[in-house]
Amino acid sequence: MSNGAGEVDKLIHERLRLAIVSALAVHESLSFNELKEMLGTSDGNLSVHARKLEEAGYIACKKSFEGRVPRTDYVLSATGRRSLERYLAHMESLIRAVRDR
Amino acid sequence: MPAPERLRALPPPPRSLADRAIDDVRFIRGTMERAVSFTAVPGWGGVLMGAVALFAAPLAARAETTRGWLFVWIGGALLALLIGASNLAQKARAQRESLLRGPGWRFAMSLAPAFFAGACLTWVLYAAGHASALPGMWLLLYGVGVTAAGTFSIKPVSMMGLSFMALGVLAFVLSPTFGNTLMALGFGGLHVLFGLWIARHPHD
Repeated sequence: MSNGAGEVDKLIHERLRLAIVSALAVHESLSFNELKEMLGTSDGNLSVHARKLEEAGYIACKKSFEGRVPRTDYVLSATGRRSLERYLAHMESLIRAVRDR
Repeated sequence: MPAPERLRALPPPPRSLADRAIDDVRFIRGTMERAVSFTAVPGWGGVLMGAVALFAAPLAARAETTRGWLFVWIGGALLALLIGASNLAQKARAQRESLLRGPGWRFAMSLAPAFFAGACLTWVLYAAGHASALPGMWLLLYGVGVTAAGTFSIKPVSMMGLSFMALGVLAFVLSPTFGNTLMALGFGGLHVLFGLWIARHPHD
């Protein structure tokens, strides 16, 4: 992960991780299944990328039971929100730089 | 000329950073819009609701009294509402969307005020002897509710709402004799048309 002024945050530069963070930015929380449906991805793919975001502290995960069925809910952390905002600002500054050329 | 194998082995040309940035911003916006959209709007449910209205229209036209006409349309509306609500709940369950929170709840809550206003005004206008204003009011208010709900849903929903509003205005402008026809066109035709559209392109 690199958050320097001139560098792209490689952790959320990856499309699925960017999608997870973007979806969580507009929802208080989303379950594993809701995210999977919304992003049209597989269990394995979502697990891998969500874990990477979780390890970096971008999202938090809460495990519970709905009856006997396990349920995993994700929320975007303050760090994750800041990273998305920084990433967006970075992309916008790149677009501006080309337009102003 | 290089061999085809060699051509295939060449890496794709690098894309400009700005293009990738524009793509990324679009992707983020698209993901956020999809995440807050209620997509469980039933297409075939809409077609069935339209069929109810198309069945009710000739019955209502044959009614001998205003009260009879009103009963036919209110009966049709209640049946269509039941069909719409059960299809909506069924599709939401299948898509694991909730009607009690998030976009589903906002969708339902955007429809509710217009429906409530429509019910109140139906009673007021009928009691005051202005039943001829009911088709315009129903079409307009239904359109208002659907347009408002459409802001939390897929594009055809808003377009259907605006079409209802246009028919409502037309009903006020034209002679009251066109009221029943416009109701058939709106609650029948528009529901069938947009229902088919949504059924074929559920994520438009």
